[in-house]
Amino acid sequence: MSAQHSVLFDVPGPRARKRNALYTVFTVFLALIGLAILYLGFNRTLSDRESGLFTAETWAVNPAGQWAADMWAPFLRPETWTGYVIPGLQNTLTAALTASVLAIVFGLVFGIGRLSKHWWIRVPSGAIVEFFRGIPLLMLIFFTMALPIVAWQVFNIPTGTFQVTALVAVVTGLTLYNGSVLAEVFRAGILAVPKGQSEAAESIGMSRTQTMWTILVPQAVTAMMPAIVAQLVVLLKDSALGYIIAFPELLRSFTLLATRESNVIPAAIVCAVIYIVINLALSRLAIWLERRNARRGRPSAKPTAAGGAPVAVKGTEPDTTGSDEEPRGEDGPAKG
Amino acid sequence: MEAFLSNIDRVVDGFSWTVRLTLLSAFFSFILGILLTAMRVSPVPLLRGLSTAYIEGIRSTPLTLVLLFCGLGLNSALGVSLADSVALDVFWWAVIGLSAYTSCFVSETLRSGINTIPLGQVEAARSLGLTFTQNLRLIVVPQALRTVVGPLGSVLIALTKNTTVASVAGLGVQEASREMKLMFDQGIAPVLPTFVGFAIGFLILTLPMGYFFGWLSKRVAVVR
Repeated sequence: MSAQHSVLFDVPGPRARKRNALYTVFTVFLALIGLAILYLGFNRTLSDRESGLFTAETWAVNPAGQWAADMWAPFLRPETWTGYVIPGLQNTLTAALTASVLAIVFGLVFGIGRLSKHWWIRVPSGAIVEFFRGIPLLMLIFFTMALPIVAWQVFNIPTGTFQVTALVAVVTGLTLYNGSVLAEVFRAGILAVPKGQSEAAESIGMSRTQTMWTILVPQAVTAMMPAIVAQLVVLLKDSALGYIIAFPELLRSFTLLATRESNVIPAAIVCAVIYIVINLALSRLAIWLERRNARRGRPSAKPTAAGGAPVAVKGTEPDTTGSDEEPRGEDGPAKG
Repeated sequence: MEAFLSNIDRVVDGFSWTVRLTLLSAFFSFILGILLTAMRVSPVPLLRGLSTAYIEGIRSTPLTLVLLFCGLGLNSALGVSLADSVALDVFWWAVIGLSAYTSCFVSETLRSGINTIPLGQVEAARSLGLTFTQNLRLIVVPQALRTVVGPLGSVLIALTKNTTVASVAGLGVQEASREMKLMFDQGIAPVLPTFVGFAIGFLILTLPMGYFFGWLSKRVAVVR
């Protein structure tokens, strides 16, 4: 951390140390006020209290507030975990894993399709990728849910012939959206492979397809691995949108639990912790992959915004500066 | 298509909420993002730690959960209301949630911009005796902002699409995707034209944004 930023300021001398200490005290003070407001607010003693602000009654844990032990007790009972959390987590992971595999396939097909030399493959691929990247994921999920109605209105297929389950709708939406983003990632990765590679492949008589699949794609996927993992983090997070169409995933389980036990705040905190642990683990994986690429002397493409929310994994740790082969100014988000 | 076009005023109304959510959240998340970045690179370890914890935490949380926390936790459980009418109250809570979430991405983008500034720039500024704040304000941020125009555009586009989550998640802002869902459910227009119409609406918002930021990032790029 400091190794990266210390260039912005000198090693603090006596005066700077004093000033920093002052800032620290000030920050602690502000943070304590913020925490106190949150504590009292969820303790229900901030606005509707009888006694003064600095009395023991106001600061004691209110049995009717969100910090009461009863509100947390559900998380100590095994049936909470077996009945709510684990089934929810299973559904979330099922949706996310299925969608990840399908999105990678979708991304490969359309990413390579966009690089085809036939315009009748290139143009539709580009249009599909741009369309699904440009509209909100939630709209795709709503539309997939409404497909039986479309079948009835357009093709006169009676409703009830087929059903779209919430899982199918979530997986379809996640696949189309994240697949389109991954298509751009793959495309950028293939374009970033040095030109000599494909020239060498052609000069030894490989066909275009052979060149693509045996020379370009493997190198592109290795270079883009951090970006791909970062996008899978986005996918996992977006699977929480299933909550909206009543898909019983992790977030839904927690809201059901919160309704039953009326412990909104503890449920929200535990739910957030689970998501943060999973996603941070995945982000660490992306950083590790990037380091491994750097160790092997291959540059990683920057895993920032490919249309979606940027997940800048790069540069969060200091010691990449040692192997500073790639210029620091390299700033090529895979944006199309 | 006629049934859809005869309801065009509902579509326009939905998109007007989408645009309002986007603009206000973009404004607040930009300010909060600059603040978080300044904290993240500051000489005070505690500020760095707080900023890192906030960014890493919120970034790993689904937006649906953040907005649910604003809607069910802060608005309902805490009982804080920000406006007299319910529609405006949930709107402002949605703006707060979206800003809290997007500011992390703004901050990460700005920080990656700071990392692109050559060491010599900062060293020269320090050797002239500029303080940390002067250094940030006069040398670092102006250059960093120029390099991150394109990525910031991507964040803005993502924010535009993310406003759809505010329609649900315990808030229920009457924005475009909610209008679309209502029109599906009430059966006032066939589903396919309605979907295509709303999709075109979003493309009208996001595609020019992408081209504009692409053009702008080329125009303001720092030649090195």
